[in-house]
Parts: sequence; C-alpha cells; structure tokens
Amino acid sequence: MSYLRLLAAFFRVSIRGELAYRVNFFVQLFQSLLGLGIALGGLAVIFSFTATLGGWSPDEVLALVGVYFLVGGMIGLVIQPGMEELIESVRDGTLDFTLTKPEDAQLLISIRRVEIWKLIDIVLGFVVLGTALVRLGGDVGGGEAAVFVLMLVAGGLIIYSFWLILATLSFWFVRVENILVIFQSMYEAGRWPVSLYPGWLRYGLTFIVPVAFATTIPAEALTSRLSWETLLGAVALATVLLLLSRGFWRLGLRRYSGASA
Amino acid sequence: MKGLAELYVQQFKTTMAMMFQYRASLLIWMIGHVLEPLVYLIVWSVVATSEGGSVGDYTKREFAAYFIVLMLVNHVTYSWVMYEFEYRIRHGSLSFALLKPVHPIHSDIADNVSSKVITLPFMLVVAVVLALIFHPSLSPPPWAIGVFVPALLLAFLVRFLLEWTLAQAAFWTTRVSAINQTYFVLLLFLSGQIMPLTLLPHPVRILAEVLPFRGMVGFPVELLLGRLTPAEALMGLGIQAAWVITGLVLLRVVWRAGVRVYSAVGA
Repeated sequence: MSYLRLLAAFFRVSIRGELAYRVNFFVQLFQSLLGLGIALGGLAVIFSFTATLGGWSPDEVLALVGVYFLVGGMIGLVIQPGMEELIESVRDGTLDFTLTKPEDAQLLISIRRVEIWKLIDIVLGFVVLGTALVRLGGDVGGGEAAVFVLMLVAGGLIIYSFWLILATLSFWFVRVENILVIFQSMYEAGRWPVSLYPGWLRYGLTFIVPVAFATTIPAEALTSRLSWETLLGAVALATVLLLLSRGFWRLGLRRYSGASA
Repeated sequence: MKGLAELYVQQFKTTMAMMFQYRASLLIWMIGHVLEPLVYLIVWSVVATSEGGSVGDYTKREFAAYFIVLMLVNHVTYSWVMYEFEYRIRHGSLSFALLKPVHPIHSDIADNVSSKVITLPFMLVVAVVLALIFHPSLSPPPWAIGVFVPALLLAFLVRFLLEWTLAQAAFWTTRVSAINQTYFVLLLFLSGQIMPLTLLPHPVRILAEVLPFRGMVGFPVELLLGRLTPAEALMGLGIQAAWVITGLVLLRVVWRAGVRVYSAVGA
C-alpha cells in the first residue's frame, strides 16, 4: 500500500511541476489529437480500398488503435520517463541519491518520473476503445472484458520488464538511450494486427521486442480471437520477464560504482 | 567560397572519424528507417492481395518498389538537428559554435553527409534483401533516373533547411518536443511515408503537393517509379526550388532574431 501512496505522491509532485507549464497541456492535447487523427485517417484511407485487413474488420482495427493509444500512453506516462532518467542517472552518478533512500530502488526509479500530460493519450485510448466496442455491438461479454484486462496487465508488465532490462544495460554501456528510438519504431508496428506480418517479423515483434503482447493480444481478447495457449503464454511470459528483469537489475546494481567513487 | 570548400573537406575528415564513434546510434537510426516503410509495405501488400492484386494504381509489386525506394530517399534526406538543437541551447554548447567565423549550419551539413556516407552502403544492402523478399517492379524511363538526382538533392536541401529553421524554436522555448512531434506526424502523413500520395483524397493530395512535405520524400520516389510525366516532374522540381528559397530566407530571419534572444542557459 505504501507503494501506491508513493506513486500518488510522485503524481502530485509532477502535477505541481507541470502546472507551471500549463501551455503544455494544450500542446500535448493538440499533439495527441493530431496523432489520433493521423491514425484514424490512415485507417479511413486503407478501409476505403478494402473491407477487411487480414481478417480484421474496421471496428476491430479501431479497437486495436484504442489499445495502442492506451498502452502507448501508459508507457509514455511512467515507464519511459523513469527509464530515461535511470539511464541518465547511471551515467552521471546521481543514482547514488536514489540508492540511499529507504525504499526499494527499482520501485523508486520506476515511478519517480511521471509525464502527466500523457494521461491524455490514455483517455483518448479509452474513448477510441469505447467507440469501437459500441460499434462492435454486444459481442463483448463480461468474460471477454475480464480476459482483456488480464491481457492488458500482462502486456504492461512485459513491456515494463523489457524496458527495465534495456535500461539496466546502461550499467555496462554508456549510450543505451538510443535503444529507446528502436522501441519507438517497433511500437509503431503494433498499431496493426501482428498477424499481417510475415513469419520472421511476427516472431520478432512477439518474442524479441514484445510489442504484440502490448497491443495485438489484448485486442484479440476483446474480439474473441484469443486462444487459451496465448492467454497462458502471456501470463507465463509476464511472470518470467518480471523475475528476470528483477534479477538483471540487481546484477547491474552490483556493478554500479557511483560517480565520484 | 574556396575557404568554405576547405572547411567542408576538413569538417568531413573530422566528423567521419567521429561518426565511426557513434556506430550504435547510426545503426539504431537505420533500424527505424527500415522498419517503418517495411510495416507500410506489408500493410499495403495485404490490402492489395485481398483486393485482387492492386489498390488504386499500385499493384502489390509496385507497392514494394514504392516503399523500398522511399526507405532510401527518407534515409538520404533525414536529419537529427531538431533533436539536437534544443540540447545545444540548453547546455550552452552553441556558444562555441557562435565563436567560429562561419555559420554553424555548415558543420551540421558536413556531419549529416558524412554519416550517410557511412550508412548508405548498409541501407543499399537492406534494400537488396527487401527486394529479394518482396519482388518489387521498378522500371523508370531513363530521363526520370536523370532527373531523380537533382530531385533527391533538392529534397535533402528542403528538408534540411526547414528542419534547421524549425529547430531554432529552441531559442524561444526549452520544450520543443511538441513542435518536433507535430512536425514529424505531418511529415509522415503528407510526405508519402504512410501511403503513396496518389491514394489520398484529392484535396489532401493538393495540400501535400503545395506544402514542402511531398518535395522532401514522396516526389523523388514517384519520379523514380516512373509515375510522373515530364511536365509533372518539372512542376515538382519547381515547388522544391521554391521551398529551398523560402527555407533559406526563413532560416536567416529566424537565426538573426534567435541569436539575439540567445543567452546560454546557465551562463
């Protein structure tokens, strides 16, 4: 429970910090709407030429876009800023200050930076998702909704662990932040059902960079395409990666020697 | 003029050595530049297949040609100055550049070109691999190949000058990421990186043609695909040239005003 209190505290601090830059709210709102407009515009153009895309109807792809924004917003809200700061603080040695605090350091670095305006993306994601669900009609029952939430949580944990592993590499290598650029372009690929891609790319986006778990698989849960194997696989992978990233983080910490030491 | 040429030669030598130090970042940029067109190549191929082989006036293999050529053109014309400029101002490293007797844009051009001398061979290999996988059909008329070279050069200049101008927004605000992102989204959509611009609804297409975006990427691609008449090619070159001139003027105006408000943060 104290973790949630901490998270709330970090939220409050970053809201206070950001209120000094109120214009940023409108800038981010504009930016998010622009991004959404481009995504929907692209879909509109594509579906003006075809009725289904790799077996997905327009409304199902719309649901996927909603999930894409939702998860992208979560990444931008807390995962990415925290990991970026971790990389920077390993390089310049300010991680010292985090390590001396009486809370778990991994937890602190994971939640201490909050890009508050990314909440807009999350809200937009919900709106798009809701619209898609209404248009899909009564196909989504309580069971599907529960599986969807489960898959969303699993996907979130997988992405988080993946980022933590990458960011932890900064204990060995100096210029890790570039990897974030790769992730960004890989994540773009998640805006489309991964089933579209040829085998080698599909496997890459599922197992090397787990984008599929964050977007396609939750969307599959909503559109009743999810098999039991995938469901169990996602939960198992989330657990394994979470433990693995924790272990790797501790291994990295052991190597850390601070800035002035 | 001779002085400037010598400067470039010297700058090439130094940055070439420097770029080899940044191998990892170069590789990462390349991955991004391959993935994005690849995704859209696949999406449009899927659509073309399900629609009986073609969409609009593009067959599946022409989509492959379009996005493979686009990948190369985008790579040749991209710059990272919009990401870097804010850092230079925030950390005050621009102050050193200001002490030099030439405009800092020259060393940026030299950096940019020398990085591409290193990366382009790899991108060509990737293009060949993608061509083996996706079987593009590409048969431009000879004149189009000839015009492609100046079109590509102008595309680079339009993009570089306008991005350098936009990057200077950092003189007035320390938070430029919103401006950058807005620009990149517009670029993505209106330069033809998501779809060939001929597939866009007519009004949007006209907008894309008049704005500088098509001249940055889409126009040279369409040219090499042999999709333009000589008159259309000439028109495209004209629009590019107009934007180069506009870019030069804007760059100067903004630079003068910007340097005046610049005071290194922390100085």
